[in-house]
Amino acid sequence: MNDFPLFPESASSVAPLVDGLYLFLVAVTGAVSLLIWIVIFFFAIKYRRRPDNELAQEQEPPAALEMTWTIVPLIVFIGIFVAGAWVFFRMQRVPANAIEIYATGRQWMWKFQHPTGQREINHLHVPVGRAIKITAASEDVIHSLWFPSFRVKADILPNRYRTMWFEATKTGRYHIFCAEYCGTLHSGMVGWVEVMEPTEYQRWLAGGSEGSLASQGEKLFEKYACNTCHTSTAGARGPVLAGLYGKTRQLADGRSVVADENYIRESILNPQAKIAAGFQPIMPTFQGQVNEDDLIRLLAYVRTVGSEPANAVESPASALESRGAPPSPSSPPGAPGSQPAASTGTNQ
Amino acid sequence: MSEDATLSQSAEHAATPHGHGHHHPFLQHHFEDMGQQHEASTLGMWFFVAQEILFFGGVFCAYFIYREMYPEAWAAGSKLQHWEIGAANTVVLIGSSLTMALAVWGAQQAKRKLTTLMLVLTLVLGAIFVGVKGYEYAEHIHHGQFPGSAFTYQHAQNPALTPGIELFMTFYFTMTGLHALHMIIGAGLLLWFIKRTWRGDFGPEYYSPVEIMGLYWHFVDIVWIFLFPLLYLV
Amino acid sequence: MTSTTIDDAPFIEPSTRVRRNYINDEYGVLSWLLTKDHKRIAILYLISVTIFFIVGGVFAFLMRLELLTPEGDMFTSDQYNKLFTLHGIVMIFFFLIPAIPAVMGNFILPIMLGAKDLAFPKINLLSWYVYMIGGTFGVIVIITGGVDTGWTFYTPFSTQYSNTKVFATTLGAFITGFSSILTALNFLVTIHRMRAPGLTWFRLPLFVWSMYATSVVIMLATPVLAITLVLLMVERALQVGIFDPALGGDPVLYQHMFWFYSHPAVYIMILPGMAVISECVAAFTRKKIFGYKFVAFSSLAIAFLGFLVWAHHMFVAGMSVYSAMIFSFLTMLVAVPSAIKVFNWTATMYKASVSWQTPMLYVMGFIGLFTIGGVTGLFLGALGVDVHVHDSYFVVAHFHYIMVGGTIMAYMAGLHYWWPKMTGRMYPEWWGRLSALLVFVGFNLTFFPQFLVGYVGMPRRYHAYAPEFQVLNVLSTAGATVLAAGYLLPMIYLAWSLKFGRRAGANPWGAAGLEWATSSPPPKENFHETPAVTWDAYDYPAFLKAMKETQNV
Repeated sequence: MNDFPLFPESASSVAPLVDGLYLFLVAVTGAVSLLIWIVIFFFAIKYRRRPDNELAQEQEPPAALEMTWTIVPLIVFIGIFVAGAWVFFRMQRVPANAIEIYATGRQWMWKFQHPTGQREINHLHVPVGRAIKITAASEDVIHSLWFPSFRVKADILPNRYRTMWFEATKTGRYHIFCAEYCGTLHSGMVGWVEVMEPTEYQRWLAGGSEGSLASQGEKLFEKYACNTCHTSTAGARGPVLAGLYGKTRQLADGRSVVADENYIRESILNPQAKIAAGFQPIMPTFQGQVNEDDLIRLLAYVRTVGSEPANAVESPASALESRGAPPSPSSPPGAPGSQPAASTGTNQ
Repeated sequence: MSEDATLSQSAEHAATPHGHGHHHPFLQHHFEDMGQQHEASTLGMWFFVAQEILFFGGVFCAYFIYREMYPEAWAAGSKLQHWEIGAANTVVLIGSSLTMALAVWGAQQAKRKLTTLMLVLTLVLGAIFVGVKGYEYAEHIHHGQFPGSAFTYQHAQNPALTPGIELFMTFYFTMTGLHALHMIIGAGLLLWFIKRTWRGDFGPEYYSPVEIMGLYWHFVDIVWIFLFPLLYLV
Repeated sequence: MTSTTIDDAPFIEPSTRVRRNYINDEYGVLSWLLTKDHKRIAILYLISVTIFFIVGGVFAFLMRLELLTPEGDMFTSDQYNKLFTLHGIVMIFFFLIPAIPAVMGNFILPIMLGAKDLAFPKINLLSWYVYMIGGTFGVIVIITGGVDTGWTFYTPFSTQYSNTKVFATTLGAFITGFSSILTALNFLVTIHRMRAPGLTWFRLPLFVWSMYATSVVIMLATPVLAITLVLLMVERALQVGIFDPALGGDPVLYQHMFWFYSHPAVYIMILPGMAVISECVAAFTRKKIFGYKFVAFSSLAIAFLGFLVWAHHMFVAGMSVYSAMIFSFLTMLVAVPSAIKVFNWTATMYKASVSWQTPMLYVMGFIGLFTIGGVTGLFLGALGVDVHVHDSYFVVAHFHYIMVGGTIMAYMAGLHYWWPKMTGRMYPEWWGRLSALLVFVGFNLTFFPQFLVGYVGMPRRYHAYAPEFQVLNVLSTAGATVLAAGYLLPMIYLAWSLKFGRRAGANPWGAAGLEWATSSPPPKENFHETPAVTWDAYDYPAFLKAMKETQNV
């Protein structure tokens, strides 16, 4: 990083795509703007008002010209749209077997939790060359997690998980910014992401931890006495959680829902919202008792347990289809499941 | 829109600052004739109604989105309303629309007493409506159903529905409150119109204010026609 | 000298007679405060929006001073957050939205139509009072401690977390909205019902077309903002959860409702700018606007399409990929009518009689800057790039190129163009050109670096920033100083010209249009006889012929 960069570091797999599109746009629109400027000045000088030129010569506009500068820009603009959408799709599709990292935004810090249990504040360590999927929620207002050097950003909403991903291609230290205004110390809600060689990353992971995220979640599962109802055998008061994650669930009121992060979250905080078919609405709410960090641990545990037996998993194609439904905040349309080969990251 | 209004008028016009003189006393100086003035004012009212539709449209839109999100709470919330009272109020309001329409007709026919009577009746019916609404509000507040810190209501069978019901009641008070505000503004205008009618301002040549008042009143009624089933009968 | 002096125009009959006009018709403060004359109301608006422009400008300048250094050393974070919030609110709600419609539209539109006044003069006066009440709330907020939500009032920050004067501010914005609605209603009815004999739709000046489109947008979008702010105020007052997720609400719904108004609001701000530019291009090239109907209908197309693109402000806010694609596509469509206008204005200069007087300098600046503002909108509409530059300084630069490089350049052009009509005096030409140059140079120096620093990664609304962004920020602040000088100059010399400026004739520019067919300043009733229009807009030969026949100049 020099003292006066005009271009950000390009340190992720999508960065060259974004930069390519950006430079293409700079070239095209720069050329058109320059052309317009030159023409304006040329006309303004050539046809300046002179004694023999007090009144302009009237010209009937040729219709062909009007059509040309209506249709040609339209085609160019649609081309830009297609290119932009193509890059966007690449940004949204989370690759399979990405490392799952959880993030929490709050006024005014970023908290990250690794699957192995490490927790960091305003710092994030990731290995180079591996896809990293970040699942994030906010504890208070809307924040926005931005990695300028990776060219990715997502608004982090309260009470809802958003996902984003990147794959760093260069080791180094890069900015993390909050991009959505979030109050007094908004400009202090910044941090650093350290991209490390995989071996170094392994060494870093080996440093102190309180056990993996899922195992921490298991302890909480016992602490909150979830295990008294959610036992491992059918017939208990609560549904069996094994094999749950990513599966389509039948609800008591006849609807069905994909058991994704947001569903699990809602079922902990507001259990009455969606009752699984065949069960009574007897679970108490944990709203206000489980904080965001613990929620993430519980979620990690439920996901681990949930992925154990090989249950029928939604096909990627139908996952995409369900995402086309109109966005409804409480029932997230589709979600990156445990088979996220083609799942997009901006589920609500 | 037609251009004849402006094209057909004569270019003759005195340069007096106020075009009273030989014109109708209520012709404002910047209009050429009563026809233009009438068309301008009714068109203006239609534009006003258009923006009102967008105004209420916004809150209806939000209402429907949350209704999608919380269908059970919405159903439970609407059970807190007494649909009988709402239905009776609807009848009252439709009645006031009728009297308002008769008032407009009366103004056109230069029936001063009939117009005044009908306007008074409209005002009375409107007042009954607002009064009944006030009674309903008082009941809700008494039962702790006013959203915010005063909200003490708990749904008996399913307490988990309570936050959604509070949201419903927020919409209930916002929507009916905005509607009642429109009614009160309308009632204020009616008072002024009663005075003007009694004074004999209106006649076949000049009735557009009454007509505009009617448009406003009908619009406010129609809003209620939508509000009633959405809030009482979900 | 590249331009002729104004008196050389062969068909000008310089009018030096002092006659009764709208200014000297009545005297006394009350005759202004209770006036129903659209021209006097325009002057009231001119004074009020200028005051708000100065206030908003001071806020902007203080922000630029803070950003000279990466550390937040001049103001506290709270103070800085209040500065950018108030800058946005004052500039958007109290300056940009009313500026051109309420000042120039009020003054010129009825005259262009050959009408004696707007359809509802009392409502017109009411709109100014409503505006002033809203403005008073704004001033009270500024004096009593400010507000720190950003002009967008995003929930749940604005409803649950901010400890500042959110309620009073939103109430002020809510009230001011009704002032716009009343003005728009007046314009629509006036355009429909009060045109002079012979003034058919396709003889209307393009100013009227654009104002019509603006008014439609105001009428249909502002009430949605009003109800959104009502819901916000209800939530803030009662602490219920309409938009607060913790209480079951949806913060993204607020964004949808807010942008359903606020994206069209962008067109509320730029369409009047385009209106002024069309007039000035025609006047200072003495030529019909090339492709009149295309320019006219492009205004309506912008007004229509402007309603369909609101969610492009929310591509990273958590919408589905498919809705993002639809809104991105529609965003590309809305760029087309703007491009049509730029091409047609440019083509109008072909074989024209181009004058280099101040308004034309502003026009050329407008076309250049608006082009940059427009094409950078394509960057933001392209999904892949938007994810990176959203909420960065790139966005700040983009909308300042539209709002300042576009709307304010047009406002300055219009102010100089119609100044002789409004006041009966000429501004000093040399100073005018100097200010146009300063504004152009200062503007580019201020905002071009922001494109760069935005792409490098500087987020907007940052009180303190990473050190590597400093060079570009220093450039920007330097530019802001030049820009401030460019805006201060006209305030001084225009005020000076009120007393010392050369008296203007009825048609100092040799322009075609009904407003130049009445004296400067116009009489109270605009025209002593209702004019009959026999010429198409900007048809110079026909206009001259008609003027010679009526001897009305």
